[in-house]
Formats: sequence, C-alpha cells, structure tokens
Amino acid sequence: MIQFDHVTFQYEKAETPALTDVSLVIEQGEFVTIVGHNGSGKSTLAKHINGLLLPTEGVVTVCGMRTDHEEDTLAIRQKVGMAFQNPDNQLVTTVVEEDVAFGPENLGIAPNEIRVRVDEALAAVGMSDYATFAVHHLSGGQKQRIAIAGILALKPEILVLDEASAMLDPSGRAELLETVSKLHDEGMTVVMVTQYMEETVGCDRVVVMNGGRIVLTGTPTEVFQQPELLAESNLVPPETVRIRDTLRTIGFTLSDRVLTAEQLAEELCPS
Amino acid sequence: MSIVIDHLTFAYTEGGKKLEPTLKDLTFTIEEGSFLGIIGHTGSGKSTFVKHLNGLIPCEKGTVTVDGHDLSDKAERRIVRSLVGMVFQYPEYQLFAESVFEDVAFGPRNMKLDADEVKKRVEHAMELVGLEPERFSARSPFELSGGERRRAAIAGVLAMQPKYLVLDEPMAGLDPLGRKEILTLLEKLRTESGCTVIMISHSMDDIANHATKVLVLEQGSVFAYDTPRAVFLRAEELQRIGLSVPSVTKICIALQKKGVQIPASICTEQALIDWFKEGNFHA
Amino acid sequence: MRDITLGQYVAGNSVIHKLDPRTKIAMMILYIVMTFLVKKIWFMAIPFAYLVLELILSGISLRYIVNSLKPIRFLLIFMFLLNLFFTSGEHVWLDLGFWKLTGEAVMQSCFLSVRIILLVAGASMLTLTTSPIALTDGIERLFMPLKVFHFPAHELAMMMTIALRFVPTLMDESEKIRNAQMSRGADFESGNIFKRVKSMIPILIPLFVSSFRKADELATAMESRCYHGGDGRTRLHQLRFQKTDLFAILITLLFVAVLIVTLVLFS
Repeated sequence: MIQFDHVTFQYEKAETPALTDVSLVIEQGEFVTIVGHNGSGKSTLAKHINGLLLPTEGVVTVCGMRTDHEEDTLAIRQKVGMAFQNPDNQLVTTVVEEDVAFGPENLGIAPNEIRVRVDEALAAVGMSDYATFAVHHLSGGQKQRIAIAGILALKPEILVLDEASAMLDPSGRAELLETVSKLHDEGMTVVMVTQYMEETVGCDRVVVMNGGRIVLTGTPTEVFQQPELLAESNLVPPETVRIRDTLRTIGFTLSDRVLTAEQLAEELCPS
Repeated sequence: MSIVIDHLTFAYTEGGKKLEPTLKDLTFTIEEGSFLGIIGHTGSGKSTFVKHLNGLIPCEKGTVTVDGHDLSDKAERRIVRSLVGMVFQYPEYQLFAESVFEDVAFGPRNMKLDADEVKKRVEHAMELVGLEPERFSARSPFELSGGERRRAAIAGVLAMQPKYLVLDEPMAGLDPLGRKEILTLLEKLRTESGCTVIMISHSMDDIANHATKVLVLEQGSVFAYDTPRAVFLRAEELQRIGLSVPSVTKICIALQKKGVQIPASICTEQALIDWFKEGNFHA
Repeated sequence: MRDITLGQYVAGNSVIHKLDPRTKIAMMILYIVMTFLVKKIWFMAIPFAYLVLELILSGISLRYIVNSLKPIRFLLIFMFLLNLFFTSGEHVWLDLGFWKLTGEAVMQSCFLSVRIILLVAGASMLTLTTSPIALTDGIERLFMPLKVFHFPAHELAMMMTIALRFVPTLMDESEKIRNAQMSRGADFESGNIFKRVKSMIPILIPLFVSSFRKADELATAMESRCYHGGDGRTRLHQLRFQKTDLFAILITLLFVAVLIVTLVLFS
C-alpha cells in the first residue's frame, strides 16, 4: 500500500541528508509505529507519505501512485490523512463542524454529502455532541480528535499521525490512542510517528529510526529484545520491559512476550 | 526557610462574574531543599497554584509566604520574583534576544546586577544546562535544536540563581534523552546548590524516582501531600480520580492480585529489584 | 479575555439575526449611501429612523450601541472642535476677536458628529447581529462575481476565517509569554512611554516567531487536507435567500427612495 524504494532526502541548505536509503513496505490494514529521537528523520519519513516532501533520490509509491507525479498529489492526499503535533495549529476554522467539513469542501463535494460525512466523522471520534462548539474551548485531546475527524471526512485509506500525541496530557494521549486503535480495528492502515516507546506496545510493527536510517524493524516484542540497539538510537524500552530484563539477570525466567504489568505477574505466578 | 501556603483560595473572574474556585483552601508548607512533584489532571489547578508562588496571580484569600516575604504585598513580590524561578511549559517559546547570552542575561539584568556579575551568572547557568558558553553565547537562540532551546530557556531562569525553582512540565515534548538531561540537571541543582525543586509532571515514573514529596491536586483541593511511597500506596484512589500510577506500582498491584505479599509502597525500579533480590518473592 | 473576537456578536433569534449575511451587508451599504446623500442635519432623521427600526427589530439592547461608540469618543470631540474652529459663516454668535463662533460652524459640527455616530452605530448593528463566520461567508459570496476582475474574494474570506480562529490562541500565547517574562523580572507597568514600548519587545518577538511557526504548520495541515485555493470548493453551509431577505431589501430601498424624494423636494 505504501512503498519506499531507496529513498534519500536532503533539506535545502542542510549538510547531511535527513533520510538515507530508506526502503520500507507498509501493507494494507497494518498498524506501524515509527520511533526515533528528535532529529532521527521519523517526521521527514512521514511527510513523504502524502507528498508534502518529495524524495531527492528514490521513489515513494502510495496506492499505486508515485508521490512525485504532480497530477496525483490531490488523489494521494485524499487517500492519506495526516494529523500533526500541535493540536492548535491544524484546525482552520472557529467552529468544530466547519473545520471537519474543510477537507470535503476542498474536494468540491456536494453540501448534503458533506453533512453526512461530517456527522459520520464526528461520531467515529466520539465528538458528535461538540459539532457546534468553538474550537478554542476544547481540550488538547479533543482538538486532536477533531483533527482526526477532519481527516476521516476525506474518507482516507491510510492515517498518518506525525507525533500527534506529543503535546497531550496522559488522558488526552489515551483518548487519541483509543480512537486510533478503534479506526485500525475497522480496517484503517495506520502509521504512527512517536517518541514514546510505551505507545508502540499495541501495534503490529515497529520501525526504529536513527540518523535518517531504519536501524531496526519488527514486532514490539522483537524490538524490545534489542535494548543495546535502542540505547544507541537514544531510545529506552518501556519501564516494565526494563524491569523484566533486570529480573532475568537475577535469575527469573520471563519470556519476551512480557510487555505489561499483568503479563509480568502472570508469568511470575502462572495460574 | 520555606514556602508557607496558608488557606489559599482562588477563583477566576469571567465577564465580571466569579467562577467556581480553581483553588480551594490549600494549606501546607514546602520545605527548603525538597523535590516536590505536583500531579493532578488538566484543570485540577496545578498551573494556577504555581502562578501564586511568585505572585503572578496575587493572593485573594489566604496567604503565600516565601522565606518570610508575604506575597500579598506588592513590594515584597519583586523580591520574591528573584527567589522563585519559574519555568513554564514549552519555555523555549519565550526566547527573544539575538543571542543566547543576551537572552539568558535578561533576568539578571532586570535584577539590576552589574555587568561582571551578569556575565558570571550567565556563563555559570549555561554551563549548568550543558551549553558551553564559548560555543553557544553568540549564537541565535532560534537556530538551536529543540532540546538546546529548551535548555537555553531554563538557563535564563537559572541565571537569576533562584532558591526555589518551579517547573511546569519541563520535559513535555522532549525525547527520552532530552528528558533524562533535564532530570539529571534538576537533581544536580538540588544536591549541589541546595535549590528547592517544585515540578509539575504527568510522568508518574519520574515523580516516583525523583520527588521527595508529592502533592496531588484534585478539583482545586489537596488530595494528598506526602512522600511518594505514601501517596502511591493509595493507588486505587488515584486511579479512581483518573490519575495513573508509576509502572512499578502497577507491577506491585498486578502481583498482589496474584496473591503475592508485596508492599504496595514500592514505587521505584530500584526498590522493586531490591525486594526481589532479598528473596521476598514467593509465588 | 479569550472570547474577544473581531466585532461583538450578540447571539439572538430575531428577524434581523436570521437574515442572510449578504442581505445585511447590502443593507449596510445602502444605509451608508443614505448617510452620505444627506447634506443637512435635519434629513439625517431618515437614516436615523431606519437605524432605530433595525435596532427594535433586532432586540439588541441600546447599551451595545452606546458601547460601540465609546472608542471613538475622543475622535468625535476632536472633530467637533475642529469644525467649530475652522468653519466660517455669517451668523456670528460670539466674537472673541481672533475667532468667531458662527451658527454655521455649530451646525456643521453637529452634522458631522451625527453622521459619524450613525455610521459607526450602523456598522455595529451589522457585527452585533451577524456572527463573524456568517459575515465572512457573506463577504466571500457577495464578492464572488468580482472574481472576473481578479478580486480575491475567496482568499480574503479565508484570511478572515483564519484570523478569527487564531485570535483567541494568540491571546493565550501572549499571556503565557508575558507571565514568563514577568517571572524573569520584566516590568511592563512603570516608566515613560518609550520605556514601556521597549519593554514590550520580549513579548512581541516571541509572539511573532510563534505566529510564523503557526502559519507554517497550518499551511502544511491545510495542504494535507487537500486545500488548493478556492477553485471548485463547495461549502457545508449553503447561504439561501429567504422571503424575509427580499422584504428587508425592499424596505431599505423604500427608505432610500423616500430620502431621495425628500432631498429633491426640499432643496
């Protein structure tokens, strides 16, 4: 569904490339998280998926369309919805429902069809009661859900979250993750960029980036098994996984599947 | 010396009308040299409370006294501003000067210190946060990386050499390395210069590992004010008001549910591992 | 603090509130024309009657109109005095040698003051009864035909929409920066005017920097949501003319006609 083929990208005026020879395939219906420290190239990678950035070398293909073919840009952006970090800086209008309608309006969809899409999108993120609210009266988590509703109203096939949880408090983050995993369960392909290793626990595949390259990819279980490689990338496994590893060194037998407190207790005291 | 909060109550005014109080009858003392972690969810009054500590919000009902200076007095407030340093959320957004040096010097200059003293303090503060003066002094704050900008902003507060340092989610938005750098800095300040640290944070793990005291605010009232061990012992109550608990506490609870006799007051990684090492674990 | 928006919309359900924003803009334009057609103070009675009618129908309290005049009170006094001093005439009421107070000057001063008051009050009626969003929509669609002459109706409306959206956000932001700089000992309250303006720099620069960042991020977000200018764009809320709109326009035109007839008859 998304294919990066030997992609290299260098920002203008930059001395070193932000992405170097990145190849990656993301299948339909997958939930992939991309992790890395600040400046590892993870956001640059995400911005290639909908053609906000175009590769200096190599090719990015989305749903069979090349992102560097300008005539396909609009079609790609309709298929790839993208949410960003700052909840304040991605909502365009003052009233919630008007903002959700912004995308479909751009596509020139008939007003009654927009109405249907807006209502569906707000329902999907559980914000139907807020349709006529002013955007600036909402919490951070609610704003991010509205941003996602605005994306859903475009009926995309892929949802890309570019550090969308970074500025939220824990309850806002939980709200967002819940919404995203519900959409994934309903068949959405999800690409989530994050620096919180905890957020990768429920996903299908983790891609670890460092210095503009993919250094590791695998299931969360597989990735957490490589603490040295993560440390090299300035990342730390979730605290529970660290404790699991320490307990192993003092003689407890724990499998790699242990990622949460409950799983840890289960393996220590099998019932 | 200490910060004494006595029956502090505060309500915002909107359109000429008083709203429901944001802070309700807070009374406690922040001892000098402690590391106070403040937790509570958004809207619990945390930010409003810390704005009282240097008089950004003047006391309406009740008093706040910093080292004997009563903040309801306007003249005293100026003195307190140099005793209590404030690092707000995303402090890098307050940078404005053409060079890092000038920006960090803003606070000390407002304190009317002489040029030599300003220079000394600025360089010391920059060294503390790990921005070598030789390399960074002349650079524009706007060309630094995200983590460097955050540290430059913190240096701007440290250069005032506050006795009490208040930080509102200083690690928000930073990557694991950036977070660790800030926490290390705070520990260093506390142990080396005896600075009292007051930190709002959503990370229960950080609070459990670093704080000596924890203040839990719930709808503007003190829900708990005690050591981390004592506060996180009340894990169920905390979860009931919608707060999370440290990862270690979660493990303890999960083990207790399995019938393991483990004290719930264990809330740091070290304490948990020690408990296992001492052979206390019996499945 | 956070709810200050451009103009002061007072939500309501009156006939005037329910009019199409395009109708209300057209009404205001006609009203402005009326006040400019009038050259003698007595004839101001006609646009004044129109304003009173609108005010009664809208159910807006007179207090709001008075409030809207407050910011211009100094301008009014200044204009009044200026005309009093510099209008010459034949009916001398008071002669101080260096200056004569004439009947004409008093009339002229009163006339101009009334015109300004009526203009501002009329414009306030529009913003008091029309939400900023409806107003933006109205402007966009009213000026759409001017696109033939390359008039950027859509861009203008989009700019207004975004400005309205970001006013509260930037207010919050400036408050945060102010608090941060005050904590670093900044003093915004004392000193002379130059000192005070200078003391604003530590607030203004970060505010500009953050506005640019916001603009950049917003542009990226808009692009990601398929924004490509006004061409081929549809809208969720359609504006539709109702019978009352036609009625309102007719009444307004009636007032204009009466005014013109009166002016012709009495001049």
